[in-house]
Amino acid sequence: MKNITNHQLYQMITANIKELVREPGVLFWGIVFPILMSLGLGVAFTKKKETVTSVAVIGKNHLIRQPDSASLIEVLLRTNKAPIEITRDGKITRRLVIPDEKLGNSTFIFCDLSWQQAMVSLKRGNLSMVVDEKGGALQYHFDPMNPDAQLSYLKLSKLFGNQGVMLKPAGDDIEPLTVTGTRYIDFLVPGLIAMGVMMSSMWGVTYNIIERRSKKLLRRMVATPMKRSNFLMALILVRTLMNFVEAGLLFLVASLVFGITIQGSIPALFVLFIAGNISFSGIAILLSCNTAKTEIGNGLINAVSMPMMVLSGVFFSYHNFPEWSIPTIQKFPLTMFADGIRSIVIEGAGFTEVGIPILILSISGALMFMAGLKLFRWH
Amino acid sequence: METIPAIEVTDVHKSFKTVHAVRGINLHIETGKFVAILGPNGAGKTTLVEMIEGIQVPDSGTIKIMGQTWRENEDQLRKIIGLSLQETHFIDKLTLWETLRLFASFFTIGADRCEEVLEMVGLREKRKAYVVNLSGGQRQRLALGISILNKPKILLLDEPTTGLDPNARREIWAILKKLKEQQHTSLILTTHYMEEAEQLCDHIVIIDQGIILREGSLDQLLGDVEIDIPPRIAERRKVTLDDLFTALTGRHLTEA
Ligand SMILES: Nc1ncnc2c1ncn2[C@@H]1O[C@H](COP(=O)(O)OP(=O)(O)O)[C@@H](O)[C@H]1O
Ligand SMILES: [Mg+2]
Repeated sequence: MKNITNHQLYQMITANIKELVREPGVLFWGIVFPILMSLGLGVAFTKKKETVTSVAVIGKNHLIRQPDSASLIEVLLRTNKAPIEITRDGKITRRLVIPDEKLGNSTFIFCDLSWQQAMVSLKRGNLSMVVDEKGGALQYHFDPMNPDAQLSYLKLSKLFGNQGVMLKPAGDDIEPLTVTGTRYIDFLVPGLIAMGVMMSSMWGVTYNIIERRSKKLLRRMVATPMKRSNFLMALILVRTLMNFVEAGLLFLVASLVFGITIQGSIPALFVLFIAGNISFSGIAILLSCNTAKTEIGNGLINAVSMPMMVLSGVFFSYHNFPEWSIPTIQKFPLTMFADGIRSIVIEGAGFTEVGIPILILSISGALMFMAGLKLFRWH
Repeated sequence: METIPAIEVTDVHKSFKTVHAVRGINLHIETGKFVAILGPNGAGKTTLVEMIEGIQVPDSGTIKIMGQTWRENEDQLRKIIGLSLQETHFIDKLTLWETLRLFASFFTIGADRCEEVLEMVGLREKRKAYVVNLSGGQRQRLALGISILNKPKILLLDEPTTGLDPNARREIWAILKKLKEQQHTSLILTTHYMEEAEQLCDHIVIIDQGIILREGSLDQLLGDVEIDIPPRIAERRKVTLDDLFTALTGRHLTEA
């Protein structure tokens, strides 16, 4: 007698799923496109003109002239007029500029780091090359799949090689850094997963609601005994489900093609993923609560998602932005979500590290959801 | 014996920013009656029925449905009312059957009733078609089907045949006539087609600019007034509601 298929939540969930899978655009933009993007960007990383590359130099005090021991890298930097710079937090760095009128200058910032510190910076995308001295020659460590790092290697080795430093036969001075978690693709995939959740909530929830309002479908539905909360629940549930599939497939392809693995806690990743969905669903409901014009919806979605897509470090580290802007950028939900996924997937983090982001994302999401519901126009 | 009227509207007003859309309307509709609200575009028909449907709230006046008000009894009223809005687009990529099942679930109604409704509105063979691929007439029949899913005691249809060709219009009329024979439904429909009011309804309310001009049965309305139409035309055709409307306002019902 009590047939589950007669239940309104069941009917609304299946209706939303059907609507989703019957729209070829959704499958392309939601699933195929992020995968293509990760493949494309992971393999070929395009280069900007003026470049600033951070290079870690392993070992203490290799950047400053020492009375007793001669450091090869120090000599090279000094002869190439790379001045010493002290950062605000007291670190010693040297800035080397290789001028090039045609292709744009390349600036290299050398800094003293331990091997461990260097690995953390690499994983965070703040660094793409590590230089080391072994047996009186320089040794370069970098991800051979990262064209950015390759180019840096070529520039540096050419400059240093022309100045009479002994170079080993080609290739001998390269130490490939293929440790999982240090490559661009490892940086990119978590960012794409976070961005996927954001875009999917924006279009799947915000746009969907506004469109239904503009077509007077919301008005028609609330003129029945339908429970309003069920309507929103079904929409959000189906999106979260879809986001799981999206993220899962993207991760699967990345692990098959690039061998990405999850270094940290999988339960923490799961909870963080839910928190990210709560956060963006909250934003989505708030954005959709009042307007019946799809053009306005379009504008709202772009106004919210574009800045985050650019600033939150989906494609490249936000540490490239001015230092003063970074604390603000780190408060964006997309930044928190992407950084959290990244720290679990590539740095091996668990609940201790992502507990705070999980709380902030869920609570702010819930608050925005409630505010949206309060202002929600059904007619 | 006093029975509770299906719908009782008392001195209802409704204004939008610059428009006084409904200005003091009274209606008394007996159970089981078919009532047409006839008036040209902008007369206030939609505003009036949407207030009766509990979708819009009147600025002043009272509305009672089977003796109950929207404020106090919304949950009960939603269950016994069926309606179709002037324009609703359903979900494009759902089939007709899925759309019916979805709306049926809001009333906790199962597949059997959906099957019945599909038969009543003559869309059996279209059950697997996506809503987006239906013709205008088929879409209106779907909207009608959805409005009668819960066997409503009161059915409100806002311009159910506007924009349809004469054939599609007659199909809808046939469904409504059958409904009248089979069920004890009170119907209010709005229209600016006088034929629709003449064909289907026991009681016709002519409204214009937010007020009721005349109301009564077709015979009462046409018998009541001296209608001044040239004898040559009067010989060739019967007097119509449009003639009455023109006599009252100097305009035609279907004028833009
Ligand atoms: N939401 C609204 N905002 C402003 N004006 C409205 C609104 N709804 C209706 N109106 C105005 O109220 C008048 C009556 O409209 P309506 O009830 O839709 O008439 P009808 O259904 O008879 O064509 C019209 O002048 C219309 O422009
Ligand atoms: Mg209207």
